[in-house]
Amino acid sequence: MTILEFTGVVAIVSFVAGLLGALTGLGGGVVLVPLLTIFFHVDIRYAIGASLVSVIATSSGAAAAYVKEGFSNIRIGMFLEIATTFGALLGAFLATRIPTSALAVIFGAMLLYSAFLSRKPRTEAQRNLPPDPLATRLRLNGSFPDLEGQRSYNVQRVPAGFGLMFGAGALSGLLGIGSGAVKVLAMDQAMRIPFKVSTTTSNFMIGVTAAASAGIYLSRGYIDPGLAMPVMLGVLAGSLLGSRILVKAETKSLRLIFSLVILVLGLQMLYQGFWGKI
Amino acid sequence: MPVAEAPARQPHPFKSQPWRDRRIEVILANLLRTGVLISAAVVLSGAFVYLSRHAHEPADYRVFRGEPSDYRTIRGVIQSVVNGRGRGLIQLGLLLLIATPIARVAFSVAGFAIERDRLYVAFTLIVLAVLLYSLLGSGIGR
Repeated sequence: MTILEFTGVVAIVSFVAGLLGALTGLGGGVVLVPLLTIFFHVDIRYAIGASLVSVIATSSGAAAAYVKEGFSNIRIGMFLEIATTFGALLGAFLATRIPTSALAVIFGAMLLYSAFLSRKPRTEAQRNLPPDPLATRLRLNGSFPDLEGQRSYNVQRVPAGFGLMFGAGALSGLLGIGSGAVKVLAMDQAMRIPFKVSTTTSNFMIGVTAAASAGIYLSRGYIDPGLAMPVMLGVLAGSLLGSRILVKAETKSLRLIFSLVILVLGLQMLYQGFWGKI
Repeated sequence: MPVAEAPARQPHPFKSQPWRDRRIEVILANLLRTGVLISAAVVLSGAFVYLSRHAHEPADYRVFRGEPSDYRTIRGVIQSVVNGRGRGLIQLGLLLLIATPIARVAFSVAGFAIERDRLYVAFTLIVLAVLLYSLLGSGIGR
């Protein structure tokens, strides 16, 4: 393949990944790395570097749309960022020291877990939970606009959420993904934060987490301009379009298709990682 | 000297609303979007230069070689932009992109300071310190 063909095809694939990632809320990075390594035979380290850059673009590009909705809680986000940025440093540090086959296996496991999470029915957040003393002291409790007017919520189990966020940050730094699925899990399931607040706050956090490891990747030579260019531009365009048509689209069947894609890619990554092809 | 009004507001009844001044959040979001659009424009202009010169060479990312130092340090990137290299321009756009969330965190410090929320000024400064350590301590500042 010539550079022109390669750039064009990667840009189209990235556009579709960004579009589907935004429509399903699962993020585009999680499918890009396996697609680039399995079908384009890109070394996984270059793929991770390019994906990480696209994660920042998606998160920052969509921020304005989320602010208008008025759901994200900046205090929750900033407090948990302490955990994710330290985790991201650890992840980026580990990424340069463990073999690429191990990276592929971890990535495969992460994909299978994401596919499982996306199919799991969401439990409705319990309302009127008593305020947690630690959450109150950290001023994490908030409210958001609901159908019945302003609805307030009390954040629970702060240490558990903080610990999970450290893990999310480490995965982000290690694999070059936003790890939005783990972030939403930490806020929605562990800390009992309403789903809409969790997803929008997670989107805000993803860009900051990725920025924490991007400098390390750039200085190690993982970010190739020729590869990162079509990936970043494609994902950005796809996710911007996706966040615009989000309201109208029928996302249920899309989510099913997308989680099947993730499942297949996860199995592929595990296979190639175990058989030493990556 | 104005009379300090701090003692009167000691038992601060914190409103739970994220930013009390919503304008700060809107300004920050617009800052992010502007940063992304500028960096995308720089990457795109670099892409034209790069593709106009290398379009027909073979693409090969099978083997990891690591980037040359021209694309790994801020100084190297700027030098290659000065030399008119398309890939240097792309890398400059990516550096700007990495800088946008960091700028947002830096402005959040000011936002919390305006709200006199010392606890969150401290939290945000920790996050900012980690980001700057990663960016400058990683060696791209060389």
